[in-house]
Amino acid sequence: MATVIIPTPLRKFTNQTARLQVEASTVGEIINRITLEFPDLKKHLLDSQGALRSFVNIFSGDDDIRDLQQEKTPVNNSTVISIVPAIAGGNH
Amino acid sequence: MSNNNIPFTREELARYNRHIIIPEFGLEAQLKLKAAKVLIIGSGGLGSPALLYLTAAGVGTIGIVDFDVVDDSNLQRQVLFDIHEIGKPKVEAARRRLEALNPHTRFILHDTHLNSGNAIEIISGYDVIADGTDNFPTRYLVNDATLLLDKPNVYASIFQFEGQVSVFNYVNKKGERGPNYRDLYPTPPPPGLVPSCAEGGVLGVLPGIIGSMQALEVIKVITGIGEPLSGRFFTFDALNFENRIFNIKHRDDNPVNGLHPTIHELIDYEQFCGMRAVEEKPVKEITARELYDWQVRGKKFKLIDVREPLEYQIVQIGGELIPLGTIAEHSEQIPQDIDVVVYCKAGVRSEKAIRVLEEKFGFKNLYNLKGGIISYIDQVQPELTRY
Repeated sequence: MATVIIPTPLRKFTNQTARLQVEASTVGEIINRITLEFPDLKKHLLDSQGALRSFVNIFSGDDDIRDLQQEKTPVNNSTVISIVPAIAGGNH
Repeated sequence: MSNNNIPFTREELARYNRHIIIPEFGLEAQLKLKAAKVLIIGSGGLGSPALLYLTAAGVGTIGIVDFDVVDDSNLQRQVLFDIHEIGKPKVEAARRRLEALNPHTRFILHDTHLNSGNAIEIISGYDVIADGTDNFPTRYLVNDATLLLDKPNVYASIFQFEGQVSVFNYVNKKGERGPNYRDLYPTPPPPGLVPSCAEGGVLGVLPGIIGSMQALEVIKVITGIGEPLSGRFFTFDALNFENRIFNIKHRDDNPVNGLHPTIHELIDYEQFCGMRAVEEKPVKEITARELYDWQVRGKKFKLIDVREPLEYQIVQIGGELIPLGTIAEHSEQIPQDIDVVVYCKAGVRSEKAIRVLEEKFGFKNLYNLKGGIISYIDQVQPELTRY
């Protein structure tokens, strides 16, 4: 099973779970599984057309899936998927 | 090299001794710091440690952009300030502290809100930019301005327990240009989906950690030592003490410096980030002086006051009171055949009232009093009570 790292801002939608173990063969399948299991995650990851939002980056290992095969990027048991949304804090 | 050629005083040599004796750093890197001009955008959570360390390190010129004043809720993390500075402009409080730390650094204060109108002028005076602002419009503004001006942008951002660092638009020794914020995040989240630190909070020590890393990368960019975090994206999760470094690449569809750029100058970033509706057309306005002119000329028109009854009791200028919340149900009291001037205290509620009346009831004869009753009092009847 692949490991999915949930960032702190989204953990409130995953019962505060930081790491999820997901059985899947592609990144797209992982997104489907976790948004089915945690429906509140969906609007943060996908737009109304079901496409990945451009302010949420998905990395497979160290690489952005946009530089791999997007949602079709294959995953295996040792794959670590990181979800990294844009954050803008700093000054205040 | 004779001692006369060393542009450091004896005091500076002693001060920077721990830098100068590092073989990879030396006098050469210290001289580069002294010659450098660094702009720190935001002197708050990230800016505090970045400014302290860059000043201590001997950066020659540091610009600080901040329009805010010190608030007691800042002191939980903004270690640049103390209780004596509450209520004072941050840029001035910062300078007092930093000048006491290093009299060899020159500070340039920009006590202003960075925007599309002033960003090019401000940023163009510096070699390296460190962006530690707290909102998406300014993030994209700084990104685009640094691309247009060809400056490296050391990026850091925090939220609750999470930190991010990268170096954008950095040209390495081989002449290769690294990616930027628009390559990492092509578009911002819609307003409200991602809370700000003011709403979501931040652990006070986190900006200390991340802002120090930002200062580190600024020093590396200036001196050329090591490998700046260009083309790489660092994230830190303080809760689990986990950090990761991801690879990021330049995108051909980047609208500012991709293959087919569509952005050639700074745009309206509030609008780009969805802070302001694009299609909203402005309502017709009238100034206090013009209204006075109508009154003096005896022009036939009606005045509508959309404030609350309590405000009406404090001061009024002859308008019929219809509070904003009841405007729709009283629309029949408002004539459509003569000009109507709508006002509130400052002009915001009256604009909303006009939009309701125009959109729901088809009014075309409404004018918003610019600046509201306050503007009228200031310009026409200063003897009335201001509130």
